[in-house]
Formats: sequence, C-alpha cells, structure tokens
Amino acid sequence: MWLNPANPQLTKTGELHHLLTLEGLPAAILREILDTATSFVGARVKKLPLLRGKSVFNLFFEPSTRTRTTFEIAAKRLSADVINLNISVSSQSKGESLLDTVDNLSAMHADMFVVRHGESGAPHFIARHVAPEIHVINAGDGRHSHPTQGLLDMYTIRHYKKDFTSLRVAIVGDVLHSRVARSGIHALTTLGCPEIRVIGPKTLLPAEVERLGVHVCHDMREGLKDVDVVMMLRLQSERMNGALLPSAQEFYKSYGLTLDKLAAAKPDAIVLHPGPMNRGVEIDSSVADGKQSVILPQVTFGIAIRMAVMTMLVGGKKRNA
Amino acid sequence: MKIHIKGGRLIDPKRGVDAARDVYVAAGKVVGVGEAPAGYSANRVIDAGGLIVCPGLVDLSARLREPGFEYLATLESEMAAAIAGGVTSLACPPDTDPPLDEPGLVRMLKFRAKTLNQARVYPVGALTAGLKGERLTEMAELVEAGCVAFSQADAPLTDNQVLYRALQYAATFGFPVWLRPQDTALAHMGVAHDGQVATRLGLAAIPVCAETVALSTMLILARNTGARLHFARLSSAEGIAMVREARRTGLPVTCDVGIHHVHLSEMDIGHFDPNTHLTPPLRSMRDRDALRTGLADGTVDAICSDHTPIDEDVKQLPFAEAESGATGLEVLLPLTLKWAEEAGQSLSLALGRITCEAARVLNVDAGHLAPGNAADVCVFDPERCWRVGAETLRSLGKNTPYRGIELKGKVRYTLVDGQVVYEAK
Repeated sequence: MWLNPANPQLTKTGELHHLLTLEGLPAAILREILDTATSFVGARVKKLPLLRGKSVFNLFFEPSTRTRTTFEIAAKRLSADVINLNISVSSQSKGESLLDTVDNLSAMHADMFVVRHGESGAPHFIARHVAPEIHVINAGDGRHSHPTQGLLDMYTIRHYKKDFTSLRVAIVGDVLHSRVARSGIHALTTLGCPEIRVIGPKTLLPAEVERLGVHVCHDMREGLKDVDVVMMLRLQSERMNGALLPSAQEFYKSYGLTLDKLAAAKPDAIVLHPGPMNRGVEIDSSVADGKQSVILPQVTFGIAIRMAVMTMLVGGKKRNA
Repeated sequence: MKIHIKGGRLIDPKRGVDAARDVYVAAGKVVGVGEAPAGYSANRVIDAGGLIVCPGLVDLSARLREPGFEYLATLESEMAAAIAGGVTSLACPPDTDPPLDEPGLVRMLKFRAKTLNQARVYPVGALTAGLKGERLTEMAELVEAGCVAFSQADAPLTDNQVLYRALQYAATFGFPVWLRPQDTALAHMGVAHDGQVATRLGLAAIPVCAETVALSTMLILARNTGARLHFARLSSAEGIAMVREARRTGLPVTCDVGIHHVHLSEMDIGHFDPNTHLTPPLRSMRDRDALRTGLADGTVDAICSDHTPIDEDVKQLPFAEAESGATGLEVLLPLTLKWAEEAGQSLSLALGRITCEAARVLNVDAGHLAPGNAADVCVFDPERCWRVGAETLRSLGKNTPYRGIELKGKVRYTLVDGQVVYEAK
C-alpha cells in the first residue's frame, strides 16, 4: 500500500510554493535559487522593493538568534514588514495549540511564515493548514531539514568549486541529530555530486543512512582523504557526555577537525560549519580561522540565499504571469 | 425471532465450510445449516444472494474509551462502529482511566455493554495495579468479574521481577497474559521504525531490537513459568521468526498483528502524515511481508483492529507530537479481504484470522456457526466498494491512514444472539 500524497511544496505546475525541504526539489529549482542569490550578492543597492507591502512573520518555536536575524535582514532588504514572534515563551506556554496559533497569525494577513520548530515535520504540518496564499519557509525543524542552510552551503561550495559533478564531499560529526546534514545530502545528490561521505561514530549515524546516497566512514583520516569539501556539524552539548559519546575530549580526538587531519584532504579543500562552533570539540581554532575556512562567507551568502527564496516564493506568480 | 439467511455463500472457517448454504436462526441460536429443522418457519428472511455469510468477527483489541476518555469516544459510538464493521465479539484493553484493575470497573463496563445489546465485550484486565508495573492486580477477582486475560496494554513493565512474578501468579490459575513486547528503554522517545524513512525525515526511532529483546525475555519467562502467553501486535520479521521457532519447540504461545501493519510500511508516513503514527511503528516492507507470511503459515494466529479512536485535537499535530493509533473496527474486514486477495489466500483462511482463530486466543466459544451456537453472524458484500471518511465511519475516531481511500467489502447485516443489530441502508 502506498499512501504518498503529492509533493507539498510545489504547485500543480511545479513551481515552488513553500520551502520545506530540499528533498525532492528538482535541480532546476535549486539552481534558480542559487542564481537569484548571486544577483543579490553582487547588488550595490542595499534595499530592494521586491517585497514591499508584504508581511513576513518569523515564527520561532525554538530559540535562535543567528538564523532569525539573517531572515529578518533578508526580509528587510526586500522592503517587507517583519514581525518576530518568539512563540516558545508566549502562546505555547499558555496551552494554545499549534493550529490555533497558526490560524490566529493567518488572520493577521501574513504573506509568509518563517518557521523554526523543535519537531521534525512541523513546517509541513503548518503548510498543510495555512490559507493557500500564505507561503511557509522552514528555518529548521527538529532533525529533519534546514533548507536555507543547505542552500547557502551549496552556494558557498559553488562559489569556491564551481562544479558539483567532480566533487568529493565529507560531512563530519553528529549526522543523526543534524538537519543541516540531511539538507546538504539531498542538495548535493540532486546537484550531481558523485561522492558524499558521512563520518562519525555509529552512535551518531542514523540507520540505513547509505540509502540517502552516501558512503559511511568511521575513521576520519580515511574519510577525509582527497576530499574537496569538508562540512563540519555542530555537536550539541547535551550529547557530549552520555550514552552517545563518552566525552567531548574523546570526540575531539577521533572526529575533531585539526590541521593534521585536514591534511588528508586535497590541499585546496574548503571547510564549512553551520555555526555556532564548539571550538576544541568538533573543530580546532587553527582550522576555523585558517585559510581553508569559508565559515564567515557562509554567513554573508546566507542572507542572499534567504532573499532569493523569499523573492521566488512571493514574487513567483508575478514573475511568471 | 426466527431468521432465515437465504441464498448466501457460507464461509465457516472452523468447520471448513465454503459453500452455498442457508443458515437458520431461532431463539438466538443457529438451528440449522444447509437445511431447515423440521417445522421451521421464519419470521424474517434475509436475502443473502451474492453475499458472504460468516461468523461474526472477533477482535482482540478495540479501545472503547470507557471509562475515562468519553470525550474521545463512548461505548455507544464504538459499539455502533463494531457492529457496522461486522464485529460481534471484542476484547478491550485495560488502558482506560482509571485502568481496568478493579472488579467494580470491569462489572460496570460489562453491564454498560450488555445493556447496549450489541457486540459482546470481553475486558482484558490490568496485569498490575494502575498499569504501573509494580503490584499485581487481584486477578482471580477480576476474572470473576468478567476479565478474559491480563495485559499491560502499552504501559511499560520495566521490572523483570514483577513480570516474572505476574506470569507465575497468572500461571497458577491458568489465566492468559497478553503482552506487547517492547523494551521501554530501547524505544525511549521513538516514534518511527529505525530505517530509511526515519533517517530521511529525522524522526526519533524505535529499533527492531526494542521488540526482539523484550520478546526474548518474555519467551524465556513463559518457558520458566508455564504461563499462557499471547503476544499482541508483533511488528517485525525477527519477532515473527522468534515466535515461529518457539512454537516449533513446543512452547504454546500465540500472537496477533494489527491490520494496518499487514498493509502499510514506514514508506506510508509520506510527508509526516500523523495518521500513520501507530504503536508499534510501521516498519519496513520486509517486516510487513514477514507479517503476511506469518499470517499465511499460521505463525500469526489472528489479526486485530487495534481500534484507537483519537480526537483531532491530539491527532492533528506534528508527527511525533500526535497521539499514536488509528480507528480500526470498520476497516478490519475490508482490509483483511484485501490481504487475502493480494496474498492469494483463501477467504476461509483470511476470515479465520478474524473469527475462529481469534476466538481461540480469546478462549471463548465464538467465531463459528455450528447448530447450537449463538447466532453471531456477519453478512457482507465482498464486491461493494466504499470510501473511508468522516461521514462513512460510525466511530467517533476519524483518525485513519485510509481517509479518502476506497476499500472493497461492506457489511450488510450483523446479527448478535440471533437479533439483527446492524443493517446497512
């Protein structure tokens, strides 16, 4: 029995209506987002009128400063009105259901919801229940997906490496709990990257991860051998001491990225990290601040990517009319 | 009241009957099959031409939500759902509020069910007080009040000494114990099978070893205590293989599977459909196929509906937060027929899994239609299609992965004790 409904983020004519996950998005759409972002990165004018009169609601059910801020900057540069709602400390604690919260906000004539939620699939749930003219952008849901992070990572890789079809990419660390890793894997496979390796201890790799199209490595040096791109993942502090890992020190010893381990990669390999970093746990300062690090450019590109996504969602219909 | 069920195809799996036979009912009992007893004259003739006549279905797990959860469903609504689904006998698990751990509660439930005069209700008593897994219930008293078996429902029983003692105690009196094997720690926080879909969707996983580790403990304790153990709702290929092996070595254990697990797999979670959040989780296609093989070769004794009516308020939530379970009473028959058709199994074998074989597990005289038996009968149209939806379901639980989907097989008449309690319009 297969009950699968249609892809919930595309319209019947295949245009992007919500951005919920990178899984299942055609390469053409991914490239269009990256190309649109390029025009924003190069733009000399800081403020564009593309979203004038539109209201963007940042719905953060989970605390975040960095991602929320970059979405806010992106929306403001596009001249949208931005409303920030930190829901974890308002209605949810009063017992209001997620559906009621969304209904109420929809009634305030929102055009777009940017959603971060601790449960995997929450943005899908919201997208299923909002009025058809509202767009939903997933800003990170549980362990599932963080599509704009995935896109900015792709932007960064394309910026430095140009072509995906000859790259070897390693993703290192806590893949099990990482929405960044999942988004990166889907985007890389869609864009034609021929070899993706995930590196980590068995406790931090999810079951049947190979079926996402990746190779599994438990030895870091072996996994980094001759790669063009190293994507480091953040290790949450609550996972450092317990049944998943004995200690942060031991993790650093086996899987922390040091210059010594990075030497196994190609000499021109780049290093990405979604931030915030745990220096001395998953990454050594000499690497984070070193010449192969592209961690700060990632942040800059992140704003352009979010501008591109917002423009495509809200402006999509107009553009194609 | 004398009812003549005329012109139907009678399938009585227990007696190996699958033929055109009329059934004659009088004074609540079957009085003749194939030919009328001398001097019989019917008050009512049911035209069963083109229909299948079989024993009323026996369901090993249907939550009626009373006492305590009347806001989710009531005895009235769920008993109406049962007879609309052709179910004439059902076992209800003890996870009510309060749990069925006191004889008074059991008597009240039996009494309430009896006054409704619909399906027969067989309460399964709580194995431990409050289902807390600490102190044994008064099992003998509970049996006297009407309990047919004891279980923890889905509540954890983490202390193996308590489990050991409970099985010893139940074995003393020959009371059956029904357990759903799941190691609490291994399943901690999990909501989906530990496979490619949970990995893709980032859902916390319940590995197969959560089932097999618990099952292995329970099999050892069953051997040591001599308790009559029934395993409820197995979900994995390895679990089925372990039960098959245990039976081969002579251990008299039985098991059932939930009807949704016979058809669906982790793939059907799709884009986080909360209606596919079930307990145990939907597993891989390989596991699903092993459940089907187990059903065909008899390792799996019965299919149950695992009927769990849930309110939209707690079901329409992000996948992990949504309460687990699906409504089942009204889809048990059509989905069993669907399995028979897909697996190339005879209707007789398939219907046996939801009639006489389930009755054997339940240890009650039901699920067959020999003269002298209570006339609990289901008459259904095997070709009639209907669309599952809020309007077509009588249960207050509209939570089903099959919403909007057309199923084949519709009950036309349900008889309990020789009375027509349900008749399709």
